[in-house]
Amino acid sequence: MLAYILRRLLYALPILVGVNLLTFVLFFVVNSPDDMARMQLGVKRVTPEAVEAWKRERGYHLPLLYNAEAEGLDRLTETIFFQKSVSLFAFEFGRSDAGSDIGYDIRQRMGPSLAVAVPVFVIGLAVNITFALLVVFFRATYVELWGMVLCVALMSISALFYIIAGQYLVGKVMRLVPISGFGEGLAAWKFVVLPVAVGVVSGIGSGVRWYRTLFLEELGKDYVRTARAKGLGEGAVLARHVLRNALIPILTGSVVLLPLLFMGSLILESFFGIPGLGSYTIDAINAQDFAIVRAMVFLGSVLYLVGLLLTDLSYTLVDPRVRLS
Amino acid sequence: MPFQPVLLWTDALLFLLVGLVVLFAWQARRHEHLRAPWREVARRPLAMACAVVLGAYALIGLADSVHFRPALDQPGPQGERRYAPEVLSLLDLALAPLRRQSEKTYSAPFAVRLYVKETVHLPDGTVQRIRPRLRWGGAHLEDPARRWADVAARGGRGALWGLALWAAAGMVWLAWRARRWGCRWREALVRVAAGRTELPWRAMWLTGAVLLLLAGAVAALAPYYHVLGTDKVGQDVLYQSLKSVRTGLVIGTLTTLVMLPFAVLLGLAAGYFRGWVDDVVQYLYTTLNAIPGVLLIAAAVLMLQVYMANHPEAFPTATERADMRLLFLCLILGITSWTGLCRMLRGETLKLRELDYVQAAQAFGVGHGRILLRHLLPNLMHIVLISVVLDFSALVLAEAVLSYVGVGVDPSMHSWGNMINAARLEMAREPVVWWTLAAAFLFMFALVLAANLFADAVRDAFDPRLRGA
Repeated sequence: MLAYILRRLLYALPILVGVNLLTFVLFFVVNSPDDMARMQLGVKRVTPEAVEAWKRERGYHLPLLYNAEAEGLDRLTETIFFQKSVSLFAFEFGRSDAGSDIGYDIRQRMGPSLAVAVPVFVIGLAVNITFALLVVFFRATYVELWGMVLCVALMSISALFYIIAGQYLVGKVMRLVPISGFGEGLAAWKFVVLPVAVGVVSGIGSGVRWYRTLFLEELGKDYVRTARAKGLGEGAVLARHVLRNALIPILTGSVVLLPLLFMGSLILESFFGIPGLGSYTIDAINAQDFAIVRAMVFLGSVLYLVGLLLTDLSYTLVDPRVRLS
Repeated sequence: MPFQPVLLWTDALLFLLVGLVVLFAWQARRHEHLRAPWREVARRPLAMACAVVLGAYALIGLADSVHFRPALDQPGPQGERRYAPEVLSLLDLALAPLRRQSEKTYSAPFAVRLYVKETVHLPDGTVQRIRPRLRWGGAHLEDPARRWADVAARGGRGALWGLALWAAAGMVWLAWRARRWGCRWREALVRVAAGRTELPWRAMWLTGAVLLLLAGAVAALAPYYHVLGTDKVGQDVLYQSLKSVRTGLVIGTLTTLVMLPFAVLLGLAAGYFRGWVDDVVQYLYTTLNAIPGVLLIAAAVLMLQVYMANHPEAFPTATERADMRLLFLCLILGITSWTGLCRMLRGETLKLRELDYVQAAQAFGVGHGRILLRHLLPNLMHIVLISVVLDFSALVLAEAVLSYVGVGVDPSMHSWGNMINAARLEMAREPVVWWTLAAAFLFMFALVLAANLFADAVRDAFDPRLRGA
């Protein structure tokens, strides 16, 4: 088991290197640091001195790949590539272009992100599975037909409208919870309720459809026929046999998402003013803070790869037929 | 010439796409095995009703893709003809009154007065704060109190015109159908009305009736009122919504057009050749997949912004700049979304290449290229088609989110995302400025819902796993 995990981690390494190279090319080769400096300082009427000072402050004045002026190993380490890209592997995110410590920011903002993302994930999963089971239970009736039509309709609404409608109805008309903001500790619950509800509702359409196909696939299998032949009722077949077996694909499909919950939800957080990683990323994009965007790209890729590893491990844990080789 | 044609990049690609679809349809007509699943799609009333709606959207989008620059009245210093700097489209011509009739700021749908109060100096010297009459909306009314009666009269007349047009088209079509069925005109009518036809003509004509009814009423009202109100700078919201159709369609279709060659080529090669080719392709798509999609798009678009800011000479007009940005957005969306299709194609190719007929072709000494093209690709097309139609609606929705994040289409371009973005802060006002959001919602919802339902029908008809069920 341990050997397998180690090998998988080694496989992940070249992918991270690829991600790193891609972001390096995108951020430093396609456009030079000079371009970025001019963009930040205003394109017109910018002096070469100001550009130089801006670059020096942020460490962008070094050569890209090879520093001919330095001595020994410094020739490779005193470069943008080493300082800005390679150091990410040690999770040293450095400072943002605006000057704050990115690593500290990320640790601070992880909590609020999780406070929204985890309930959305867990409640969403429970709600989707329940509705999907109900739809499957009433299959080949009008309940299923209209349930599916409703799902397609829910799917066809942009997530932005769920948020806007939720904020307007619950926050403004009914005045049940504050429209946006965040609090310390447990006091945060009233800020979190609405985003969680909106997040769950906006996922119902596609979620229920997806789980329904999983359940229907299981229903066609032989053990279901056996269970029916034993004389079990439809409810018992669904709850005791189909649901349990369908949990395997559900579990392995969800595990890959778990690590990414840390990244938070981009639009939910920024609409509701939650100081998580999602709104951090959006703010960085709007302020054109490339250092933060780079760090988040790297972090996201690492978490995705961890998710893939967890998926493979979860297969072996829940399905005894799968062996690691 | 009174105008100078302008061919934007996205126009060219859009018409290329139309050409490809026509070619594909012609090809499908000639082969029974391609025609059969399409016939199954065509037999579904819901799918065909959705197809009519999608067709209406496509018509608007294509009319908005024929661009030109009108000539100016005054010739240049040497007497040569000069053209206006702004680029117009056929749709702009048709909507000329909507485009020109702009107000000062917000006004509600069918309003005759501005949404905000203004200080007005009356002729008798006093100063009052009132909501002034609109420059265009309801300007023909002498008594604003009779507005709703006027709206009903004009709207009703327009709807009747739409219905008349529908009836006329229906009659011509019915006469033609009756000749083909070899029966009398009345019998054909009964057959269609009772739904006893092979294709669901009744559903299609009913959808057409609803569309024409709406279009007739709106067309009759639009020159006299702002049917969907006006936005912050006083522009007609209906005009914006219609202009946004093209942006949505371009994102939904061109993205797949640019990603298809990569996904098909790499997926086929990986599954067929295996070995190091497979390793490289798998590495490529896992790496791209590892980067969160929005972040990759954001990073690429930010870089494009830097490039555009530093190279203003490469984009002579604002329209061209916006167009390049749209095309680039399609490209980068394509790069982030081809991985799923590529993986599916690879898996299917791995399965197919072991089948007897491929082995037989290899034994006969058929070359790799021919096997890939003649034996494998046609048997993968259903996967490509299903993923293309399923992706469309997701891409239209993604545009809105990306515009909100700030990495979507150019802010000067009409798009539903930009409309939502501009209007969402106005929900805090009292009374609420709801009409821009409602308009964007309605237009997006109708398009995405129709696309989703149509895509479901296509998937059911083409997916061999579902065909037996």
